[in-house]
Amino acid sequence: MASLTIRNLQKRYEEVEVMRDINLDIADGEFVVFVGPSGCGKSTLLRMIAGLEDISAGELRIGDQRMNEVPASKRGIAMVFQSYALYPHMTLYDNMAFGLKLAGKSKAEIDAAVMRAAKILHIDHLLDRKPKQLSGGQRQRVAIGRAITREPHVFLFDEPLSNLDAALRVKMRLEFAKLHDDLKTTMIYVTHDQVEAMTLADKIVVLSAGRIEQVGSPHTLYHHPANRFVAGFIGSPKMNFLAGTVQGFDGDFVQVQLDNGGIQSVAVERGALKAGERVTLGIRPEHLHVVHGSQIIPATVTAQESLGDHAYVYADCPAAPDGLILRVPEEEQYRPGTALQLGADPQRCHLFDASGQALARVKVLQAA
Amino acid sequence: MTTANMRQIGVGILGWGVALVMFLPILIIGVTAFKTEQDAYALSLIFTPTLDSFREVFERSHYSTFVYNSMAVSIISTLLSLVIAVPAAYSMAFFPNRKTQKLLLWMLSTKMMPAVGVLIPIYLLAKNTGLLDSVPGLIIVYTLMNLPIAVWMAFTYFNEVPKEILEAARIDGANAWQEIWHLLLPTTLPGLSSTALLLIILSWNEAFWSLNLSSVNAAPLTVFIASYSNPEGLFWAKLSAASFLAVAPIMAVGWVAQKQLVRGMTFGAVK
Ligand SMILES: Nc1ncnc2c1ncn2[C@@H]1O[C@H](COP(=O)(O)OP(=O)(O)OP(=O)(O)O)[C@@H](O)[C@H]1O
Ligand SMILES: [Mg+2]
Repeated sequence: MASLTIRNLQKRYEEVEVMRDINLDIADGEFVVFVGPSGCGKSTLLRMIAGLEDISAGELRIGDQRMNEVPASKRGIAMVFQSYALYPHMTLYDNMAFGLKLAGKSKAEIDAAVMRAAKILHIDHLLDRKPKQLSGGQRQRVAIGRAITREPHVFLFDEPLSNLDAALRVKMRLEFAKLHDDLKTTMIYVTHDQVEAMTLADKIVVLSAGRIEQVGSPHTLYHHPANRFVAGFIGSPKMNFLAGTVQGFDGDFVQVQLDNGGIQSVAVERGALKAGERVTLGIRPEHLHVVHGSQIIPATVTAQESLGDHAYVYADCPAAPDGLILRVPEEEQYRPGTALQLGADPQRCHLFDASGQALARVKVLQAA
Repeated sequence: MTTANMRQIGVGILGWGVALVMFLPILIIGVTAFKTEQDAYALSLIFTPTLDSFREVFERSHYSTFVYNSMAVSIISTLLSLVIAVPAAYSMAFFPNRKTQKLLLWMLSTKMMPAVGVLIPIYLLAKNTGLLDSVPGLIIVYTLMNLPIAVWMAFTYFNEVPKEILEAARIDGANAWQEIWHLLLPTTLPGLSSTALLLIILSWNEAFWSLNLSSVNAAPLTVFIASYSNPEGLFWAKLSAASFLAVAPIMAVGWVAQKQLVRGMTFGAVK
């Protein structure tokens, strides 16, 4: 087991800089998830940790050893690839034993390690098969098994579930959680999937365009996104954004005048904010409600989607270029064209300044 | 009869036609080899078969020496080509840089120049290093001659191997040689075998360099055939018998190997 420290890491391909200013601390035994849009550098960062890509600048330490110049096999890591990358001509047993054989382990040791991994993953009855005789889920298990037999200090997973169907993903997701509970090893996990990130992670790292946007627990990222990017990226359906200006201040509240005339109070710390400044108001779909009163956001219904226990209403609002989404109980029905008056609890709202940075929320509610 | 059927029959006839035209010279050689010199000038298929030509060919020259030279030169040069080409193609396929594509094209482009253009320098080099008319000399020339093809083909097969498989092995502790030996070679074996077969055939049939760089000691079968069309006149039957003897081994090899080579290998590890 080991902690991981990344300082000012940078990655360049020839002259193109694809990652910069990466600073990250991962504690021993932590389950860390990298998320971010396609092309943001998740795999590149993981591969630099693995030793499959050179580190252009900065430092990577695993435990207290500098790893920049250490070859992949000596870093004490194991990696599971999205494509599984099983050795096609070897049986499952040999796939899992390969690393140990290269390391010159005795037959008995190899046997014990392979059987242990195979038992954990319930593939001990398949050990004579070749990879192509397996289902996708089974291949995935073998890939994980191959990683386990290495007894690594750090596990690296690059979108390990993205080739599986929805039902199997849920099942394997739970198994990953269990695996982490059992092994208590440091794990770094790359995914596109919000739910995987939120459910598995002790700590989520949100990346965008080669930079870290925010690092924090799922709870922190959900309730205290540091900027507009993270606010929009975490949560599904995504947060509603409305453009407006600061109208004034009222005790703990900032009054925001929206571009279409609506007004909403927001419970955030004022900081350097001045009246008249451009801001973006953020409200999650589950916190936007149909209201009556003076502080309202006018909108027009465009569609409704039922999901069984609840429904999403889509609405047009001139202040929200991407439209609005609100979550309503299943019984409530809204016809397209209906005029709505919307509002939210000021303590549930987020506010971002003109540069997209979030203002600290006051009196934050613990759970949603 | 449906049009699809008609088309199938048409394609079948065309295929057989082309095959027949291509096979005809070999057939003629095969038939002529069993004729007497008198019969040989007629293209007739009606004659009394005789082994006279073969007997004379064997009496006149040491067939086995030529076979030995051909085998030594083609097999060793093929192995050498592969030993050099595999690591080269490995680095080109898995660690490419901006110049890799250009380098590959440049290598292949050397095959597009007429060999006669470098005959004199190569002849002089061989002469001055004492490699003229020696088996090692021919091996070196054939290895260099086939290297671009070997690299190109190995590169093509390696390119199909997902690089994650090698990366996984690297993490498992394999060095470059172990990656090649334990993963690349086994997964591309069918492709590399057909490359080897092609190189053997090319070397076996190579006539330009063997005729110019060997005469007695290192002469392979191509020289053996050519010796039957000499200034004293053509001897069709004996020439045919010699040719027949020269192509028979390589045709047998090709025939046996083709079934092994067609069997492809798919990558079950990658979805
Ligand atoms: N060999 C390379 N040469 C130049 N640029 C590269 C190279 N490999 C990756 N990149 C660039 O680095 C960036 C990060 O790529 P990376 O594969 O890490 O993204 P990712 O976050 O894993 O995306 P995805 O979610 O699609 O897997 C991309 O913009 C990509 O174009
Ligand atoms: Mg990726």
